Formats: sequence, C-alpha cells, structure tokens
Amino acid sequence: MKPLLGYRKPAPGTQPSYLYPPYVSSIKRAPKQPLISIPVTLSEITGPTFLKEIASPTAFDLTRQHKGEPLGERIAVSGRVVDEDGRPVQNTLIEIWQANAAGRYLHKNDQHNAPLDPNFTGEGRTSTDDDGRYRFITVRPGAYPWKNHYNAWRPQHIHFSLFGPAFATRLVTQMYFPGDPLLEFDPIFHSVPDEAARRRLISSFDWLSTQPDLSLGFRFDIVLRGRNATPMER
Amino acid sequence: MPAPCTPSQTVGPFFSIGLDHLNRANLAEGSVGERFAIRGRVLDGDGEPVPDAIVEIWHADAAGHYHHPEHVSPPSEATSFLGFGRIPTDERGQFSFTTIKPGPVHGPDGKPQAPHLQISIFMRGLLKRLMTRIYFPDEPLNASDPVLQVVPELRRDTLIARPTKQDENTLEWNVCLQGERETVFFDC
Ligand SMILES: [Fe+2]
Repeated sequence: MKPLLGYRKPAPGTQPSYLYPPYVSSIKRAPKQPLISIPVTLSEITGPTFLKEIASPTAFDLTRQHKGEPLGERIAVSGRVVDEDGRPVQNTLIEIWQANAAGRYLHKNDQHNAPLDPNFTGEGRTSTDDDGRYRFITVRPGAYPWKNHYNAWRPQHIHFSLFGPAFATRLVTQMYFPGDPLLEFDPIFHSVPDEAARRRLISSFDWLSTQPDLSLGFRFDIVLRGRNATPMER
Repeated sequence: MPAPCTPSQTVGPFFSIGLDHLNRANLAEGSVGERFAIRGRVLDGDGEPVPDAIVEIWHADAAGHYHHPEHVSPPSEATSFLGFGRIPTDERGQFSFTTIKPGPVHGPDGKPQAPHLQISIFMRGLLKRLMTRIYFPDEPLNASDPVLQVVPELRRDTLIARPTKQDENTLEWNVCLQGERETVFFDC
C-alpha cells in the first residue's frame, strides 16, 4: 500500500501557543498537557468537501443582503488561498464574519453601546476558484471595546474560516487593516511570536481591486499547510 | 516555499454570526448505518461550562469510507454520507449530535483503526483549534488502534465515549480543557 503523506508542521513561532496570558481568556481554556503527536492516517488527510452551492452566488457580497445598503466605507477584500508550496487551494469554502461600521456585531452577547445597522448582518461566504482566488464585498468594520484589560479595543478585523483539502488544514484566523494604530496594543494579534508571521495577518491596500467611485480594495492572501514531500519528513 | 502557513487567531465570542449556516446536529440523515447520539459538555480550567464553543465532527461512513477524493476504495451504499457536522455549545456548555457509527478505516500500516470520530474544537480564549478523537466503548479494535497506542494508558479513557443510562445508543463524551481529567488533544 502507498504510504500516506501528511501535512508539514508549522515553522516555530509562526503560530500562537494555546496559552498567552496577556489574552486573559486563554488562561482557563488553554490545555496544560502537551499535545500528543500522532501518526498520519486517512482521518487527518481527508476532510469535508462542500458543494460549490453552499456559497450562494450572492453570499460573497455583504452589502446586498438587505433592502438597503449598509452604512460605512464600502470595501472589496480579495486574495488567493495557496498552500506552503504555492499551489492554489481550489474550490474551498471560506466563511467570514465581522462587526458593522460602528464596531457592533449582530449578536445577542455583544453589549457594546454602538448602533446596529438594519442593512448589515456581517456574515458572508464564498468558494475559491480554480486558481485559489476569492473576493468579498463588504464595509470596513469598526474597532470595538472588549473586557480583556482596562481600555481594551480590538483593532478593525474580519474573521476568516477555511477548510482546505483536509482535516489537518482547517484554519480560523483574522484579517487586519494596514496602519491600524490599535494593532500595537492587541494581545490576540501579538499572540503570534514571529513578527513576519504576524505581519501576514495584515491585509494590504490594493489599487488593482480599488474601483473608481465605488470601493477601496484590500488584498489578503492566505497560506494553508503544505504537504510533506516524503513520508519520512515527520 | 513562498511563505509559511498563515497564523491562526481565535474565533472570538461572536462566531455564531458567521458559522451558523453549517450547523448540523444530525449527520445521519439519509445514510445507512447504526445510529447513535453523543452528548457532552465542554468545561474550562475551573470546571465551569464553556457556553461559546463550537464542536466540529468529521468521520467515515458505516463502511469505513471517507467522502473525500483521497480515499480511493470501492464505493459503498453509504457514500452519500457527507461526514461533517458543526454544533455550538449552549449556555450550560452542552452539545449533542446524532450520527452513524463509522466503520474501521485502515491505518498507516494497513491494519484497521478502531471506529472513531475526528473532532475540532473552537472557542473564545483558544488561539487555535483543538484536535481530538471520540472512540467507542467496548470496541475490540481499541486495543490495537495506532493512535490510541501513542496515548499514555492513564489518559486514554478521555477519548472513549461512555455508555449512559438513557439507552444503549446514547453515549456521553465530555471535554475537559484542563485539570485531572484533561482531554487528550493531538498534533497532526
Ligand atoms: Fe471580532
């Protein structure tokens, strides 16, 4: 039988640890025992594949889910999903969610005293194309306060959830905006030890996807785990 | 190599805006196999329930086949089984789902793995997901399963669902993030 090829472990420092005490909720929720490394089996190199229809053709546009248009700065967020070898991750589901332009989520637990927008839910999804490309239309989310420490504010961000080809490649992350002064003080952003890795969470302003009289463009490329070249690489 | 993998970040407290549309507590619908239910709770380091976790499930069909292009084997009558579920915990940290018992999937050495469910857990406070497995009680293959073998014996039972008094097809499996009964989590 052909040996199974697993997925490469992330380079040191490029992923957060579970415990990062400046992010207070990690203290009671991070496991204390070390993770147990397991052999590669079919159960890790397979994973859910969704039909393209799961993302309806309009689900990528968060500004067209209601009668009117949401308030705020209209933006296009686009990019490519590739693996660590630069190969496009094709036809994979991307889910996003975010606060509205005032920094408020449409969620029962969000107590922030900022207005809801009747024309904005803040949820979208799409599937990458054959070249790994995706695109969302939305509004720029507002910063919002949280209870982690005194005067704590989350930088503007959009939550991203991706599956990739396997159980091993599942990724949930957040996209930030260039030049946001709150990034410097954000423990969630700083939970990633390696500075270069951290910077890859910041989108870049993109003239190419900026449309005249319509919307600014931001580019956010996402890299999922690459495949081991040989079964020996574990 | 263009760049290492994008860093993980927490789902935060408001995932249910974005991730609800895939919620599915009945994975068994429209597929063949022995049905059973799993119920349990997610508990933090103080033993307090976690009301804002998401549990994702991935498993093979009753014939031990994954609905995925890398599992090449003769199609079985159960191949319409998608194998994926997603369930948020409630205010009391509880979750439950119904599915079919997966068949044994072959392991790295060609020998069968014991029937199991692949589990991902996300929540506020977790900077990256947790990966674990649910195994079945009284399953003879547990003794030779290649993954259970690498888990210290004393901690193996955190991965095995327990029978309940309710009925023989309802099992209980709890997630302890910390403490004496801390669940075994994997790196794969
Ligand atoms: Fe957020």
